[in-house]
Amino acid sequence: MRSLISILIVEPSDIVCEGLRSLLEQDGGFNILAPMHDTSLLEERLPVMRPDILLVNPTLLSSTPRQQMATIARLRPSMPVVALLYQYVESSLLENFRFKLDIRASRGAMMTMLKNAVNTISCVNEEPESTDNYELSERETDVLVLVARGLSSKAIADKLNISIHTVNSHRKNITHKTGIKSVAGLAVYAMIHNLME
Amino acid sequence: MFSSRMKLADLIAANYNIILLLPRFDIPLGFGEKSVREVCATANVPVDFILLICNLYTFDDYLPQIEDLASVDMSPLVPYLTASHRYYTEERLPHIGTHVNHITDCIGGRCGDIFKKFFIDFRNEITEHFLSEEKNEFPHLLSLQQGKRPRGTSKSNSGKSHAALVDKLDDLTQIVYKYLPGNVMSEETMELVFDILQLSTDIKKHALIEEKILIPYVKWLERSMK
Repeated sequence: MRSLISILIVEPSDIVCEGLRSLLEQDGGFNILAPMHDTSLLEERLPVMRPDILLVNPTLLSSTPRQQMATIARLRPSMPVVALLYQYVESSLLENFRFKLDIRASRGAMMTMLKNAVNTISCVNEEPESTDNYELSERETDVLVLVARGLSSKAIADKLNISIHTVNSHRKNITHKTGIKSVAGLAVYAMIHNLME
Repeated sequence: MFSSRMKLADLIAANYNIILLLPRFDIPLGFGEKSVREVCATANVPVDFILLICNLYTFDDYLPQIEDLASVDMSPLVPYLTASHRYYTEERLPHIGTHVNHITDCIGGRCGDIFKKFFIDFRNEITEHFLSEEKNEFPHLLSLQQGKRPRGTSKSNSGKSHAALVDKLDDLTQIVYKYLPGNVMSEETMELVFDILQLSTDIKKHALIEEKILIPYVKWLERSMK
């Protein structure tokens, strides 16, 4: 059974991102990941953030949208990609999307549309690394040990030479896999598993 | 939703956790077939207030609005919350602490020590949190209820610290049944898991009462005093 459905929003406007976050988190079934304002890092971040649904403003796609959509589909085959609409978008661009979410629609209509997208997730086989694998990866273990030592996400990002968003995604995955949320709890987990020197 | 004409026994049949609330209102067991209204009249407790708490404990989607609270006699709020704190700190946490001590002594080594420390830190943190509420927020509300103008407005960080405390309580449960060595005192470990789960359910509702009733009610009183 799924717990919260995580959604990654790729959209330049903070107002739209925040509005969607407020609306979708209120509904209870969705967890909104840290939004991205363009698609430049999308391919790099998708395998780490592992959203269940991608909500993207079609105007942000690269000059070769079809190729970019194919890359996204390869990275996360079961993830529905939803076009986020509130402005004029050329129909040739829209053809790349199976799902379309118009933010001018009513709350109910938007929820129904998203639920339809969610329903397609369970019909497709997940890629092996996503939901069944609860072993921490090597990188997640590195992050866990540093969290357990009391380092902030910023300090961990500097130490491992990765972005703070990537650290936060690792932390989310660690919590998802272990079920433990607090720093003190993660320290106990790391000790019990002999991860601390 | 429960009403005052229902039998108290029927409320408990619908949600047995309500039985834990009765001592906090000094309502003894043995109430027979009496309705909520009759039991409350005997115990001299405002029936609307008890219904408010019982409904919140039972119906997850029930969240009263401030307009609903305006007609309720809220005088038992502080005594009720204080009695809940006493129940957690003087009864449940020491009881759970005894289980934790037995189990960690059995596990021994660094693993036992770190788990025991996690529990002791949690217990200290939640006790301090309760004391701080009793020292700052409760007297503030009491003087508002007595019609005294507050010197300042309440600065409540309760919401944030409640979330952190509830996270730790969840972690405690997860660690006990997922990650502690499974061959140690399995019967007592089971008891510990159930004790923590019970406490966790109770404290989550308690936090909800403080966030959705106490804080909005204080703000409403403050506004109406200006």
